[in-house]
Order: sequence, then C-alpha cells, then structure tokens
Amino acid sequence: MAVDTSPAMDPAAGAKGARGRGGRVHKPGTPPPRRIRNALARHWYAWAMVAPVVLVIGLIIGYPLVRGVYLSLTDANEANVERTIGINHIPATYKTVGLDNFRAILKDQVFWDRLSWTVTWTVSCVALTFAIGLGLAVLLNRRFAGRTLYRSLLILPWAVPAFVSVFAWRLLYNEKNGILNKVLHGGGIDAVPWLNDPTMAKVSVIAVNIWLGVPFMLVALLGGLQSIPGELYEAAEMDGASPWQRFRHITLPGLRSVSSTVILLSTIWTFNMFPVIFLLTRGGPGDSTEILVTYAYRLSFVNSPRDFAGASAWGVLILLILMLFAVIYRRSLRKQGEVW
Amino acid sequence: MRDQRRGPLASVGLHTTLVIASAVAVFPPLWLVVTSFKPKSEAFSTDVVKDPTLRNYQHVLGDTEFLTWFGNSLFIVVITTLLGVFVAATTGYAVSRFRFPGMRPLMWLLLITQMFPVAILIVPLYNIMSTLGWLNQPISLIVTYLTVAVPFCAWMMKGFFDTIPVEIDESGRVDGLNPFGTFWRLVVPLAKPGLAVTAFYTFITAWAEVAYASAFMTGEENLTLAAGLQTFVNQYTSDWGSMTAAAVMIAIPAALVFSWAQRHLVAGLTAGATKS
Repeated sequence: MAVDTSPAMDPAAGAKGARGRGGRVHKPGTPPPRRIRNALARHWYAWAMVAPVVLVIGLIIGYPLVRGVYLSLTDANEANVERTIGINHIPATYKTVGLDNFRAILKDQVFWDRLSWTVTWTVSCVALTFAIGLGLAVLLNRRFAGRTLYRSLLILPWAVPAFVSVFAWRLLYNEKNGILNKVLHGGGIDAVPWLNDPTMAKVSVIAVNIWLGVPFMLVALLGGLQSIPGELYEAAEMDGASPWQRFRHITLPGLRSVSSTVILLSTIWTFNMFPVIFLLTRGGPGDSTEILVTYAYRLSFVNSPRDFAGASAWGVLILLILMLFAVIYRRSLRKQGEVW
Repeated sequence: MRDQRRGPLASVGLHTTLVIASAVAVFPPLWLVVTSFKPKSEAFSTDVVKDPTLRNYQHVLGDTEFLTWFGNSLFIVVITTLLGVFVAATTGYAVSRFRFPGMRPLMWLLLITQMFPVAILIVPLYNIMSTLGWLNQPISLIVTYLTVAVPFCAWMMKGFFDTIPVEIDESGRVDGLNPFGTFWRLVVPLAKPGLAVTAFYTFITAWAEVAYASAFMTGEENLTLAAGLQTFVNQYTSDWGSMTAAAVMIAIPAALVFSWAQRHLVAGLTAGATKS
C-alpha cells in the first residue's frame, strides 16, 4: 500500500488494535472549514456507503420515534386524532398532558404484572434456548456418521416462517382434538388445557418460542465452536483435563464473543416477540400471557376506543427498559475486557 | 477431532439425544403437512392419512385469494431482499474497513433499532403511510421491512468483511480501483456466504412478518400471506384444512431459499457473530 494514505482507507483497519474512535486523525489546530473539507475528502466513500441506511433509519424509525414520544405525552385516542370521514376532514383535538400517561401506567398494577411476566418470559426463553442450543452444538461439533443430516433436521424450524409454525403448534395444542392430548390420553392422562389455563399457557408459549429460537442459537454457537483451535483441546487432554474442565476452561471462554452477541440479540428479540404470543394465545387466557409489547399493541389496535397515547407511552417505557439493559450489558462486557 | 475413543454407551447416548431433538424439531411442521392431506372432517384425527386428498389444496388455490396474497408477498419480499442485501453489504463494508466520524454512533444506531418495539412505531408509521397514501401499497411494507432487517444484516456483514484480509483491498487499490470498485469487484465475490445468509435472513423476516402486514394492508386483494392465513382460522371460523394446505404452500418458498443458503449459514453467521 502506498505511503500517502489514499483518501478513505486505513491500512490497519482490519487489525483488532486499530479499533479506535473515528475522526481523531485530524490535527487539533486545523481551522474548522478546512477540517470539514478534509473530512469530506477523506471519508466521503464511507459516508456514501452508509448513507442509505442512515436515511432509511432516520426517516422510518427516527421520525416515528419522535412522533411516538410526542404522542405519549398527549391524550390522543381514536376519537380526537386528525381523521377524514367521507369528505369531512376533522382536525386533531388532543392536547398534551405532560407525564400523566406515564404516571398512570406506573401506578397501575397491570404494568408491573405484565413487566414481571415479560421478564420471566424473556429470561426463561433465552436461558433455555441458549442451554439447548449449546448442548446440541457441542454434540454436533464432533465427527460422526449422520452429522450433516442431524444438523439439517435440527435447523429446520428456522426454514419455516414463524407464523406457519405457530399455527402448526396450535394444531398440536388443541385441547379437545390436538395430537398432544390424544397421545397423553393413550397413556391414560387427562387432557391438558395447553392454552386455556393461565399457567399451562405460559409454559406452552415459552416452549414454542424455544422451539423457534434454538436453530439460530445452534448455528451461531456451532460456528463459534468451529473457530476454537483443536490444539487447545489436545493440549488440555495431554495435561489430563477432564471433559468438564475442558468445557469450562476452553469451550466457554472460546465462545465468549459469540455468546455475548447472541444473548444480547435474543434477549432483545424475545422481549419484543410479538407473533408468537399474538397468534398463539392473543395474550390470553385473560391477559395471562400478554407481554408488554402485545399489551401495547392491544391498546392501539384491538381495544376500542383505540388509545394511541397510552400505547405510545407503553412503547416508550419498553424502549427505555431495553436501552437500560443494553447499556448495562455492554458495560459489564467491557469490564471483562471485551471492546466493541 | 477428539472422538476416537468414544465408547459404545456414549455413542448410543449421542444418537438418542440427537434423534429425539430432531424429532421434536421436525414434528410440528411435518404434522402440518400430514394434516393438509386429510379431508376436512378429519383434520384432528390422529391417524396418519387414511385416504389422502388434495381437496384442501384445490379449495385454497381455486376458491380463495391465496394466489393473489402469494403474489403480493413474493413481490414485496423479492424487492426487500434485493435492496436489503445491497444496503446491508455496503454498510457492513464501510463499517468494517473505514474509520470515519460517526461510525460508533452508527454501530449503536444499528443495535438500538433492534430494540424498537412494534408498539411504539406502528401508530406513527401507520399515520405516515396514510399521509403518503401508501396504505395498501407494497412500498409501505418494503420500506418497513428494510428497517427491520437491514440493521442486523449490516452487523452480520461487518463481521463477515472483517474476516476477509485487508490485503485484498490493498491490492485492488494498487491496481487503481477506487473503494467502490474494490468493494464491487474484489470483496463482494469473496463475501458470497455472508451475502447468502443476509439474503436468507431478509427473506424470512419479510416473508413471515405479521404485525405490520396486518395493520397496513386491508381488503382481501391487498393482503400478504401472513395476514391472509389468519383469515382461515380466527375467532369465528376454523378451517384447519385450508389453513394447513395454505401453510404448506407458504413454507415451500422459504424452504427453497433455506436449502440454497443452508451450506453458507454456519460460515456466514459465525463470522458475523464472532467478530461483531
């Protein structure tokens, strides 16, 4: 590579050590206009490449977000927003009410009940999905006959669109006629109200979500396992390390960066998992399986009158909770020496 | 590998576990297929098909709007996937290769967009789409799906590009290619596994999305598959025969894309996950 660094390419960009903050290359004394021109000349390639994403995200997420936050501070509902009925255009009549919505939500037991179930749902789904995915990945990381076949079968749920799978599960769970209860009946066990009893419904939705989530975990962790050098295991075996010790001291640390990413992502996804609950139980029976997201959706699209302000306020709270989680999570990783 | 000394017992244990796990993984979709060939009246019988029939398929294809929904979905998904892969690749490349002002905020932005609950965006988005006159138009879903799929894909592509040696870019530069040329002619061909995973992920996200599709599209002829399928089994009717037949036909394109991308999945996702 030539010495006079070409506009945008940093020769050490790929190296781990070079992951510094951008923009620190300019001399501090340069006057601003020139600095901007320099930055443009240096970085316009990069900016051009990320521009579409920034644009799309800005327009379709940035603006709605601002608007959502604004709505959460008003008393907007179906009856007072701007709307057109036939040829009549009715202007909006809602007004800002400050933090009233948030106060009302936080005082309401419903929020805390939904929050605690959402946390239970997220933690159990992520923990079990991870454990099962890791277990299967470790098994599949050996060489034996039929490995490829097993792998294809195990990631099959991923190939089926989630809503199709959810309908398949509804077929299995059907209380009177579903095959699960038929099989249990054959074994002399009474029908289980899979989706109609609050506790069983919770177990059932968790089971379906795990079933949906394992393939992704499995593939990611399998990839992670394959990147751990085999010599490490050989050396450990020479030193007389037991299988458990090898797992604890080689496999787990070797998987650290993969697991930290997939755990973060799947926590966020599960927390916001809409289709499974919406299509399987509609949040029922009662509202026992309703998580924060489906409850907020219900406020604005199912209940009547549609409560746009309330739903937005729930949305803002969900977002705050997740961001708090992500910040804490990232910070704890950084403390362990993982830089991002 | 370290398995030469596995005893017969361990071997049995290994295969038993994997057989059970595979059965659990395969059974629900398989049962759907089986059910779809049963006459309507026997949708819930536990027997494996006694007298298989294609009635359900005929009914879905002939008497419902299924083909229209299928066309709608296909159009939306293909456009989304093409745009999504392209945008995710350029973004991933820029973040992987260049240090530029705004890069860290961008990485954060990509992560944070993952956290956006449908609930907070859907009402404002609905309003925007209705102001633009985009309700019931494919473009509303295309744009929305891009924002769902691209952030994660860009993250994944970044990790993937990180594994491609920088020397390749450098040699391109020495030969006089500009960064776009380098990217397009040298790096993209090497990144096929990553692109395949990205395409698969975008495809499956768009093909299977429920909430936005149900909210933005109304009227039988505008629905996508996800919304259309719900019309077979809802509070009032439960036509499991049609539902299962339709579900099987919906799963087929996804399965095809999946089998095409499958051999790249491990390589593609690994790179993304280990390095991000």
